[in-house]
Amino acid sequence: MALQAIAFYLLAAVTIAAGFGVVSARNPVHSVLFLILAFFSAAGLFVLMGAEFLAMLLVVVYVGAVAVLFLFVVMMLDVDFTALRQGFARSMPLGAAVAGILAFEMVAVSAVVANRGAAGGSQGPLAATPDAPNAEAIGRVLYTDYVYIFQAAGLVLLVAMIGAIVLTLRHKPGVKRQVIADQVARTPETGMRVVSIKPGEGVQE
Amino acid sequence: MTIGLVHYLAVAAILFTIGVFGIFVNRKNIIVILMSIELILLAVNINFVAFSAYLHNAIGQIFAMFILTVAAAEAAVGLAILVTFFRNRGDIAVDDASVMKG
Repeated sequence: MALQAIAFYLLAAVTIAAGFGVVSARNPVHSVLFLILAFFSAAGLFVLMGAEFLAMLLVVVYVGAVAVLFLFVVMMLDVDFTALRQGFARSMPLGAAVAGILAFEMVAVSAVVANRGAAGGSQGPLAATPDAPNAEAIGRVLYTDYVYIFQAAGLVLLVAMIGAIVLTLRHKPGVKRQVIADQVARTPETGMRVVSIKPGEGVQE
Repeated sequence: MTIGLVHYLAVAAILFTIGVFGIFVNRKNIIVILMSIELILLAVNINFVAFSAYLHNAIGQIFAMFILTVAAAEAAVGLAILVTFFRNRGDIAVDDASVMKG
């Protein structure tokens, strides 16, 4: 139990520190790297809670796809990021005050909810047992009661993919592309010409 | 020194607050705003998984999975809009985003 507590406090501290790094780093590339660290340690927290499947999903989907997408965009756009930081110091005190009040309220509410709510009497998290692993427990619910919503989630991803392609696709004018129909339609008559050259005159076009 | 539900809820609350704080202080930098939204969604996911684990009910993890899906879609479309905006204007200052009509 003590080992679990040490792991929790370590992962929680890293998650929160990395989250703070995301919003306060000067260089957006560092922000993205902090975001990856935050997702990674949050995945560790998920493992501690017994949600191994979601932890692996977080690593694969977020660290592997979303964070790398952010990294691509940040590095691709050539932006003067110092200009974007003006106003940081000005909105800092108000932001910190609002954030402090919000954090205090939410921690207070969660303390009450955790002690007196529906989960109040629970001693420990749902642990995966050999006969009911975490992934199997999720699959049993996901593919029965929530199968339509699962399909809808796939539709959401499809629409997002098409939307992203439509937004970023562009045809530059003046770019030479291979037109296979034109190539196939060529005959020897249109593709070649026999020119008889008189001696000493060369070829004139 | 057992780790209870309240510990996870406190971590999620602090992470959510950091996300809101990030949107506050980085009002001009839309990339950091998008990353702050990702942090907020991560905090919501921690909440869902914590309640799911301590109520011994797997449905919370299913919802966390759907949030993950929607967050991935949102990041993809948001970054695509950002790239298009950068192509048209040459910078990504959100102050000028009001001229984005048409």
